Amino acid sequence: MSDLGYDAAHMLGAVVLLMSFALLYQRRLFSLLNVFTLQALALTATAAWQAYSHGEPHLYITALLTLVLKAILIPVALHRIIVKMKIHRTIEPALGIGLTMVAGVSLVTLSILLVLPVTADATALTRENLALSLSVVLLGLLMMISRRNAVSQVVGFMSIENGLILAAVGAAGMPLVVEMSVAFSVMVAFIIFGIFLFHIRERFDTLDMQKIESFRGESD
Amino acid sequence: MGLVVSAIAFLFAVAVVGAAAKRLPQAPTVVYGGTAAACALIALWAALRLAGGGADADLVLPVGLPWIQAHLRADALSAVFLIVVNLGGITASLFGWGYERAHHESHGASQDGPVLPLYPLFLAGMNMVLIAADAFTFLLSWEFMSLASWLLVLSTHRDPETPKAAHLYLLMASFGTACLLLAFGVLATAHGDYSFAAIRAHAPAAGAAALVVALILLGAGSKAGLVPLHVWLPLAHPAAPSHVSALMSGVMTKVAVYAMIRVLFDLLGEPEWWWGGVTMGFGALTAVMGVLYALMQDDVKRLLAYSTVENIGAIVIALGLALVFKAAHTPVIAALALAAALLHVVNHSLFKSLLFFAAGAMLTATGSRDLNRLGGLIHRMPTTAVLALIGAAAISALPPLNGFVGEWLLFQAILNAPALSEWSLKIEIAVVGAALALATALAGACFVRLYGIAFLGRPRSRAAAEAVEVGRAMRLGMAVPAVLCVVLGVLPTPLIRLFEPALRLLVEAGPFDGRAYQPWFWLAPTSAIGNSYNGLIMLVVIALLSVVLVLGIHRKASDRVRWSIPWGCGFDGPDPAAVTQYTASSFGQPIRRAFGSTVFRARDHVDMPAPGDTRPARLSVTWTDPAWVVVVEPLARAVGWLAEKANRLQFLTIRRYLTLIFLALVVLLVMVAVTQR
Amino acid sequence: MTPLLATLYQILQMLLVLALAPLLTGWVRLVKARLVGRRGPSVLQPYRDLLRLLRKEVVLARNASWLFRAVPYMMFTAIWLAAGLVPVFTTQLALAPTADLIALIALLGSARFFLALAGMDTGTSFGGIGSSREMMIAALAEPAMLMIVFSVAILVRSTSLAEIADFMMSGAVGLRISLALALIALVMVAIAENARIPIDNPATHLELTMVHEAMVLEYSGRHLALVEAASMLKMLLYMALIACVFAPWGMATAGSGVAAALGGVVVFVAKLAVGGTLLALFETSIAKMRVFRVGEFLGGALLLSLLGAIFLYVSRGV
Repeated sequence: MSDLGYDAAHMLGAVVLLMSFALLYQRRLFSLLNVFTLQALALTATAAWQAYSHGEPHLYITALLTLVLKAILIPVALHRIIVKMKIHRTIEPALGIGLTMVAGVSLVTLSILLVLPVTADATALTRENLALSLSVVLLGLLMMISRRNAVSQVVGFMSIENGLILAAVGAAGMPLVVEMSVAFSVMVAFIIFGIFLFHIRERFDTLDMQKIESFRGESD
Repeated sequence: MGLVVSAIAFLFAVAVVGAAAKRLPQAPTVVYGGTAAACALIALWAALRLAGGGADADLVLPVGLPWIQAHLRADALSAVFLIVVNLGGITASLFGWGYERAHHESHGASQDGPVLPLYPLFLAGMNMVLIAADAFTFLLSWEFMSLASWLLVLSTHRDPETPKAAHLYLLMASFGTACLLLAFGVLATAHGDYSFAAIRAHAPAAGAAALVVALILLGAGSKAGLVPLHVWLPLAHPAAPSHVSALMSGVMTKVAVYAMIRVLFDLLGEPEWWWGGVTMGFGALTAVMGVLYALMQDDVKRLLAYSTVENIGAIVIALGLALVFKAAHTPVIAALALAAALLHVVNHSLFKSLLFFAAGAMLTATGSRDLNRLGGLIHRMPTTAVLALIGAAAISALPPLNGFVGEWLLFQAILNAPALSEWSLKIEIAVVGAALALATALAGACFVRLYGIAFLGRPRSRAAAEAVEVGRAMRLGMAVPAVLCVVLGVLPTPLIRLFEPALRLLVEAGPFDGRAYQPWFWLAPTSAIGNSYNGLIMLVVIALLSVVLVLGIHRKASDRVRWSIPWGCGFDGPDPAAVTQYTASSFGQPIRRAFGSTVFRARDHVDMPAPGDTRPARLSVTWTDPAWVVVVEPLARAVGWLAEKANRLQFLTIRRYLTLIFLALVVLLVMVAVTQR
Repeated sequence: MTPLLATLYQILQMLLVLALAPLLTGWVRLVKARLVGRRGPSVLQPYRDLLRLLRKEVVLARNASWLFRAVPYMMFTAIWLAAGLVPVFTTQLALAPTADLIALIALLGSARFFLALAGMDTGTSFGGIGSSREMMIAALAEPAMLMIVFSVAILVRSTSLAEIADFMMSGAVGLRISLALALIALVMVAIAENARIPIDNPATHLELTMVHEAMVLEYSGRHLALVEAASMLKMLLYMALIACVFAPWGMATAGSGVAAALGGVVVFVAKLAVGGTLLALFETSIAKMRVFRVGEFLGGALLLSLLGAIFLYVSRGV
């Protein structure tokens, strides 16, 4: 692969990771959704670039799927849910923003330390892609546990899935089936979450997980 | 060598004179003068030895237990630290003499407590540690030094806190000595010979070496103030008279650093890669925590003691780097890191003594070391203010002073991280570099706060408003380290050249090896990647530009000046701004809010009176010391806590369950990362 | 390259930065004014402001010490020297081996140290507010700066700005995650250090939000002129620094003649115009953040730069 192809793939992957950090940094739901959209766009670009530079047309489908689902449908849907359900628009972090970011950097370091020895003989691109996607997955998990709001937990889940797609895109030769199934499972998950949110909302009148937890019926 | 031993013997003799202080009115002069003379003699001897190539000087004294003689030896490393200790001794004696006289004049009596006889003994003890060449003599001297300093802490005991501080100090000192004792025990098990030469000849097995590293970090680290073993230091150091505080903070901690270097670099033989990693990690933690603690203090001397913790952290980072590079067989880089460590040892002993002296001067002039009772001293004590400003700027690593040179060398060593092969070390060095940079920047904030509150603004108490400048001896005691701070900042290379024999002894290379000849006023170590630093030219250019600027401005600008009362936020009265000026706590608030709330669980409570109520609002700050929480309290509660937590595991919230699963995942990944190697 | 020519270039550079700094500030103000639909003052207005301040009398607080009067000169000199160390039109500067990027950061640190002390000297609460906030910002911005240096220096194998610029111009680096992260972090630091929106508002005098302006509130006359000029120089310095590390093209290098150096001057002015426009665009499109979110913002910059340093080892090479 040419230097430019390598460098561009590498930068786009970094943008996806950077957006994961930006997700952790946000305090407002709408800007959270905007950043999530940006992450999806970066992922789309990564997939498209890989398709172009490797000459693997099926990756264009992945790019298209990501674009339609992640960058358009899901953000728009979540946006409407927030407006419709009048969800409080600030995110309450369970862990301070600063601490979350420190934890995030530590997780990235961990994934680098983990990936480097395993892939010592792989090409630099694979190595880097694996490190990046593992980081994105871990940051998504971190997002899910460090934010109280149910919507931001959904976004966290979606960004985990972005990390998985990043890995699939980077590892050349991954069959389309995998991506299709991943995309499909996300749709399912999204629908489930959506229904879930509506039901929670109807029953408890709130989407703050802490308040919901107190309804579990167990004495706390 | 005989000269050094005689000088130490002379210190003992001086101590006897000091013991008779009640009957001899001239005793303070004799004690401080004699101590200064003895220290000057030893320092000169050491400097000449180093200049002559640093050959070893041996002496075996037929004292001690019958089958063990006292081995004494001054090699290049000892010589470096002899210079540091005795330079500190000279300035402290000078300052102490003035301090004693000022005290005498104001209180009419000689210094309370037995400071006079103990002071030379303390210095003698530190010198003995440095020239000991067998474990027995070393430990004996170490304990002697500890006890002398402990008695000095107890000597001015009017403060009810002092006995508590001394008690904690005794506990930690015993713990430290016990660790060192065990370490030497492990080192000498193989052959039963306790002389350093024999230990050096028989390198311990890997497991034993690991144990020794841990014990040394605990033993010498507790004396140096490594977090979390530092709890005693900020209580004990400030309790002593100021010149003794300066010695304890500026010099005794360096003796602990000497012990670390002696064992880790010299006695243990070839290091393993992880020794440096562990050392560096402790250093980084110590540096950041030390300065964060310092930012929370209102007591000038305690603030300085915590800042010592920070600087020890920086030195230990440099030692860790040197170990790492030594283990990686890149001796020139190791020499660079070790040169940074030794230079910072010298620098810190200079500016920390200077700042403790300044604190002593403030204490003499105002009777207080509480920042919130000082202020405006720049008008009342102009010389002290200028000298303290040099100290504050030097410790904040501002060019072209000496603190910056040490930091510059350390960063150059850090930038050599790619020379290593261990991934985890490379990344650790990046993190340690960030921690060091953070600590340095916070130190700047810390000393702006100290200097700004104590010397600038308006007096916060009557005593501060009526302070008078201290006597000539005390000013001279501060001026000597201040001048050295500037000189070493501008011309560091000759000093590093002087230390080169010690570097060759420890890492078998010098920092300038293999580089084309550089003039003595350039600082351009071989492995400093690509560049050099020149404080002299920088100073000259700054002076030149300033002259151009001042001339230019004064040709063009109006030089009319009008003096006026500043806006006092609506407060009335003779000095309205004095009521509304910032206090030490309010200055610390932004940083406290950014860091303290996480690290110390610091909370600000504002007691705001209702509208119409004329009582003043009050701000109070509460915080908890994590080291106390981590080291002192938890052991007792650990068992009960565990039992209770295990019980509660089944009543967690959804998010907590997720957290647990997530943590388990992370731990598993860490294990995979570790076991792969 | 003769030492004589290098010295001449150095002197030219010192004068050039001095002459261009108010122009840059004027340009940013003009573009900002146009963006919000005002006509805005002429780009030359900052020069007139400075001259007017120079002619005014100095009003000093009654208890101001010598330090208060000396600090404007000290900080201006430090920042001027620092600005003279960043290669702007040629990499052949006489002072290049004297001080590297680390020394440059430390010089800026000294300027800030003394200015913060001056803020505390008069003993008013505004000075204290400004100084304490400024030091909090510095405590995070400075380490972020050093980590940026770390990433760049390890890639280039030098901390010398001239060598960094030469290396970057050679095109041997390519796109790198580390550099991208370092650039973002550097821009964040530059915004904070120059008291721009969203960290601080250079045009405000509202006590709750101001940082830099609070610190220098007691200054007047020629002292204020120096402090203001130093801020302008600092903004130019940061733009020059970003240009030197991330877009050094157009600069004269070793062996190129005097014509190339003059061309470098023209390119540098063009770079400043672009940088100023971008800054104005950014500032008009964003709102100021609360003072206590600044810690998070700069903590983010520090962590990004650290991440950049860590990613150095994942990429090829190094």
